[in-house]
Amino acid sequence: MHEMTPPPGATAPVFYEQEEHAHGDGGTLFGFWIYLMGDSLIFAVLFACYGVLGRNYAAGPSGADLFDLRLVAVNTGLLLLSSITYGFAMLEMDKEKARTTLIWLAVTGLLGAAFLAIELYEFAHLIREGATPQRSAFLSSFFTLVGTHGLHVTFGIVWLVTLMVQVRLRGLIRENQRRLMCLSMFWHFLDVVWIGVFTFVYLMGVMR
Amino acid sequence: MSDIVEPGLAGRPQGHGEAHGPHDAHGSQGTFRSYMTGFVLSVILTAIPFWLVMGDVLDDTRTTGIIIMALAAVQIVVHMIYFLHMNTKSEGGWTFLALVFTLILVVITLVGSIWVMYHLDQNMMPMPPHEAVQKP
Repeated sequence: MHEMTPPPGATAPVFYEQEEHAHGDGGTLFGFWIYLMGDSLIFAVLFACYGVLGRNYAAGPSGADLFDLRLVAVNTGLLLLSSITYGFAMLEMDKEKARTTLIWLAVTGLLGAAFLAIELYEFAHLIREGATPQRSAFLSSFFTLVGTHGLHVTFGIVWLVTLMVQVRLRGLIRENQRRLMCLSMFWHFLDVVWIGVFTFVYLMGVMR
Repeated sequence: MSDIVEPGLAGRPQGHGEAHGPHDAHGSQGTFRSYMTGFVLSVILTAIPFWLVMGDVLDDTRTTGIIIMALAAVQIVVHMIYFLHMNTKSEGGWTFLALVFTLILVVITLVGSIWVMYHLDQNMMPMPPHEAVQKP
């Protein structure tokens, strides 16, 4: 029993408190990581749907007839750029520079908005041509998969704007830093999903 | 209590997940160099598949398909490492374990669905065309 109480001044061999510290804020990020894993299961199911239904054109248009790869290339570039600009925002956050963090976040948000604008333009173009979600199983699964990704980007932008207001009001306090790191994971994760989308849906769709 | 814990934490090796210590708990773990490395790699890994498909570089679509799928897999790993700061050590390995578990589920979902549905037509009871027409 006396071994548990060290003499004053000595470094106590504390084990469980360290563990608690390690999960103080890291727990949030780990929990958010678990959420992202769940989200990737949603996308896996939608990808599986597309894989099963993606060739059932019902005598309608196929991907090769519909997709404009130049548009998709521009969109991919925008999303990739927004990933690196968010990374720059995080680097500025590490240096505790609220102003430049906000500037990079704004650039990220604009790139995300441009991505969404192009995607909505593409959807509108498809629907004008009669390639609506009701046309064939291929188009149903296409709009569900790509639309769900677009919805994620939309909510990411809402979240981004909210955090910009928060940083403006409170500065880069610990809570805001934690929130920005969660959004960072979310934003980069969307880019990972988009890799799957442009590969399986667009590039493979045009080749068939 | 935290004053007693601090010396112990300071002695911990760096790169130990999100928890470096009480004051460094929010480092985003990235450096300018690592972000740029990830960006340049992913630009290359994006440009190649688009070039292959848009330029009709290879005659065989099957080969092109395999190549662009492999490139996508590599790019996902690049994003995981350089943007999502994935490693086997963060949170004592639990993050990585969750990732591996999810990957297994994703593979079962994708491969299982496509495999089952691909074989569904073959396993259906044969039906003469005139009966199939009358089916709702």
